[in-house]
Amino acid sequence: MTVDTQSVSVITGNRAAAEAARLARVDVVAAYPITPQSPVVETLSKYIETGVLDAEFITVESEHSAMGVCIGAATSGSRVFTASSANGLAYMCEQLSWAAGSRLPIVMGCANRAMSAPWSVLNDQQDAMSQRDQGWIQLYCRNNQEILDTFLQGFRIAEQVKLPVMVCYDGFILSHTVMPVDIPEQEQVDAYLPPYSVHTILDPEEPRNVNPVTLANPRLNGDGVLCHGYMEFRYLMEQAHKEALDMIVVADEEFEACFGRRWGGLLWSYQLEDAEVVLLAAGSLAGEATISADMLRSEGIRAGVLGLRAYRPFPAAAVADALKEAGLVVVFDKSLSYGYDGPIRRDVQAALFEHRVMPEVHGYIAGLGGRDIKARELVDAARDSITWAEQGKGPKPTDWINLQL
Amino acid sequence: MGQTRHCKQKTAMSWPCVGEAGRTGDWRTLRPVVDPEKCVAARKGKIVCMQCWMFCPDNVISRTAPPEIDMEYCKGCGVCVQVCPSQAIEMRPEHAEDVAASTKEEASCDR
Repeated sequence: MTVDTQSVSVITGNRAAAEAARLARVDVVAAYPITPQSPVVETLSKYIETGVLDAEFITVESEHSAMGVCIGAATSGSRVFTASSANGLAYMCEQLSWAAGSRLPIVMGCANRAMSAPWSVLNDQQDAMSQRDQGWIQLYCRNNQEILDTFLQGFRIAEQVKLPVMVCYDGFILSHTVMPVDIPEQEQVDAYLPPYSVHTILDPEEPRNVNPVTLANPRLNGDGVLCHGYMEFRYLMEQAHKEALDMIVVADEEFEACFGRRWGGLLWSYQLEDAEVVLLAAGSLAGEATISADMLRSEGIRAGVLGLRAYRPFPAAAVADALKEAGLVVVFDKSLSYGYDGPIRRDVQAALFEHRVMPEVHGYIAGLGGRDIKARELVDAARDSITWAEQGKGPKPTDWINLQL
Repeated sequence: MGQTRHCKQKTAMSWPCVGEAGRTGDWRTLRPVVDPEKCVAARKGKIVCMQCWMFCPDNVISRTAPPEIDMEYCKGCGVCVQVCPSQAIEMRPEHAEDVAASTKEEASCDR
């Protein structure tokens, strides 16, 4: 790949998110500030005030209202954008479900941050994971270029399958760290991302009520057409997620055709071909695991990395296929489903079991509340797991990396 | 999708039209009955007053003389009774057992 250094800027992850929203020509931005996301919408606010971006910035009193505005604007045909983190995302929770149920292609950024209590502004992925079942597509990024590109792909995916997309990137680790990012030209983006065509027809001549009380069973409407009940609408939402499994890959392929880069679609891998030991994670941690894999390989251990890009929809078949030759899979989670385990580890294990792929799977909880994770600590964890597996000790309890208790 | 296969919607929607909210008439336990001797519009044979038509929250009272109430959709809320300036409308129990119950209730209130 050739890089045009003219178009490369050294920018933060938050700035990359804002540039993507600008290039996507969003019509409406509604957001409430929260660390570490704030610079995204501060940048967009500046762009709108100075006329760089022709859009409405709607200031609101809370994240709940921010998503409410996004829902209204998207329903009326605007391309909308917002961003949040942790407590703000939690405050949006009820509206997140409305956005997905309304099948609105809203794209939002989530600069991942730990949930209270105790109070923390630092990174883990508990915030996004806690909103897993709202019906949103969730994509995780490993670096700032991928953030910019994934937002553009996010609009493409959302508007195709009619589901909202949450682009997740690690707070501070990516949101506040500068990296070289190739910022594409507006014409390139226009060619990739056609204008949004609304599917919730709004016409003063033909008024309608969107999302009325929908009873349990299908019911005839005024025209005598039997309309879906609640379950039918929810089934269609799930079908859209299944469609998204293909669309996420297509959006990435189309992106490559336009920009010369791709990110792997649902998954990406590093040194996976002959890997006996696979390190698996989502986000920047998976990027770091590539360094750990190199370190393990220098010790003669055939290690590779599987990076999860799409978490919802969960690419179960693709995960199982990618891991079919692996002997040991070591999964690192930056969040926890309390009372059970790391959510990624458990979803991976379930996917493998369903597809009758049976490597040993070990889980590690890492980096909660901003606890630093070094590549060598991932190496140590992998070594512990290798030893455990060699000794045939059976199921391994989930370990917490660098727990100082 | 069997039954609802003709429904093309991804998002739940409804249009303002008669019966969009279902046959709400079967919610009713009390039925509004207009006394033509007292109703101003009925007595004059002209479209006058029309307070009941104006205030009916379900739009089931016709703008006619006399006003007619569509019992297919009237929920029996009784707003029309409250707004009628000539006390021409009264709510009567739908079923015999309701009559008995209401009589009993009145009896207990009297006591």
